[in-house]
Amino acid sequence: MLGYTIRRVLLAAFVLWGVVTVVFIIVRLVPSDPAVLVAGIDATPEQIATIRERMGLDQPLLIQYLGYVAGAVRGDFGTSYTYGAPAMELVGEVLPNTALLAFLGCTLAVIVSFPLGLLAALRVNRFTDRAVTTASLLTQSLPGFWVGVVLMLVFSQMLRLLPSAGLGSPDALILPVVTVALPFIAILTRMTRSGLLEVVGEGYITTARAKGLSERIVILTHAARNALIPVVTLVGLEFGALLGGAVITETVFSFPGVGKLLVSSILARDYNLVQACVVIIAAAFVIVNLLVDLLYGYLDPRVRLAK
Amino acid sequence: MTVPPTIAMQTMRRAHRARRGVTARITIPLVVIGLFMVGAVVVPILYHFDPLHTDVLLRLKPPGTTLPDGSFAIFGTDQVGQDLFAQMMMGARVSLTVGVCSLLFAGVFGVLTGLLAGHFGGWIDNVLMRIADVQLAFPSILLAILLASVLGPSLWNVIVVISITNWVVFARVTRSQVLTLRSREYVEAARTLGASHWHIIVRTLLPGCVAPILVVATVEFGHVVLLEAALSFLGVGVPLGIPSLGTTISNGTAYLSTAWWISTLPGIALAALVLSTGVLGDALRDRFDPKLRSA
Repeated sequence: MLGYTIRRVLLAAFVLWGVVTVVFIIVRLVPSDPAVLVAGIDATPEQIATIRERMGLDQPLLIQYLGYVAGAVRGDFGTSYTYGAPAMELVGEVLPNTALLAFLGCTLAVIVSFPLGLLAALRVNRFTDRAVTTASLLTQSLPGFWVGVVLMLVFSQMLRLLPSAGLGSPDALILPVVTVALPFIAILTRMTRSGLLEVVGEGYITTARAKGLSERIVILTHAARNALIPVVTLVGLEFGALLGGAVITETVFSFPGVGKLLVSSILARDYNLVQACVVIIAAAFVIVNLLVDLLYGYLDPRVRLAK
Repeated sequence: MTVPPTIAMQTMRRAHRARRGVTARITIPLVVIGLFMVGAVVVPILYHFDPLHTDVLLRLKPPGTTLPDGSFAIFGTDQVGQDLFAQMMMGARVSLTVGVCSLLFAGVFGVLTGLLAGHFGGWIDNVLMRIADVQLAFPSILLAILLASVLGPSLWNVIVVISITNWVVFARVTRSQVLTLRSREYVEAARTLGASHWHIIVRTLLPGCVAPILVVATVEFGHVVLLEAALSFLGVGVPLGIPSLGTTISNGTAYLSTAWWISTLPGIALAALVLSTGVLGDALRDRFDPKLRSA
């Protein structure tokens, strides 16, 4: 287990370094000069040169890169041009909102999809199963941003039940959470169903049935325990993805989270803030992935022994 | 006199029914996708669609309005008085173009990478798969937004961006398939007979990878189309003047209370297209590759 843990942690560290580097390269591809953006349109060449020097843009690329990595390790991504505050602080301010959205979305998805998947598995190939499977396939195909727009149309424009934007009151969370949870419910239901059906063919299930246990007990206590290991993994991964992947939902609902901040900073060409957002989102994703991997290795010895 | 059905007969009957189900799941989505293709090519021409044309008098007409020039706006008009149906089919044109082109690029690059990594193994495999790991640590929508914003809006850039975010899937599937194929007798035989790397890769490994790659491509098509729409919705996708479904939905959000159809109908069209490719992918997987059957 120790060897497995060390291998996973090293891989995660490598991946984080890769992300930081890729972000650096992509942002340096920008055709426009960041110094010109900061200085404004009618700045003199001297002013621009001063700003270039202050921002370290006159240094060789390698020195810039090393300085940037050293800063990134300490969580320092420089100052945001648009807000005039340290980029990291701005991200830290909105991160709890996004975390709350991700947490509530995952919770809702688990609560809804586990019974649905179970129901479908118990009635496999019958009407209930068909209905659940079809509904989840349908839900999975709906474009996330469009679902957000339609929910907004129905619940805030037509029925006037819920606020459509911002985070002024707790009920403003309902629509974004549902939007985030819907596609996840679809995947999770299918996973729960197929996970259960897969173990049902195993020998120990036949044994349990042969002992004369009721189908309900066989499925709930014997099958569910093993079938749910991949489901646990998926929940972890999805939580990690939601920490950053809620970009679109947050934009649709003007939800003050990291995703919204990222999109607005990209549109404003505020690249220090962009870097901070992307690296934080990727870091959250990598760390959650690492934890899930470790948990998985702990739950299922076959994983850590392979390779 | 009726013979009571034996177990073998029941099994046969069930297999027969299952196969007919799969055939329907392949045919129906193909018809829907075909309709989209025909519509995307024909409708904008029939309607003389011009993305820059505006007609303020005809703006925000509800679905089913007959316009003064005699044309029938089945899905109504948008905020600048354009026919929504023609605009949606123009958007389908963008979706299909982006989908096909980026799958082609991502597929060729990913399959090539997967073949090399799987066949040679060793450090080539390690380097390529670590690159894939780094990329998978990035939510693909993030990478796409970042790249798209840096490269600037153009149809071509969107295709490039989506290809870059998508090749890993192809590389992984191809590699894992190659790993199972390389110890097969016929591959071993080719190797023993002194076949070149090129011959082994192209003539023995590649043919065995085609079925899973096609299945993945079908499923990925839906993802790619959604990603393009999402990018355009956020304003970093195709430039203004090219009406993508995502742009149309985004434009409509400002008119939700007065003209619900502008955002709603393109979304349904998009969902229908994506659902068709999803169903098709699942059905193809069931037909050609029962082992790949996923969640």
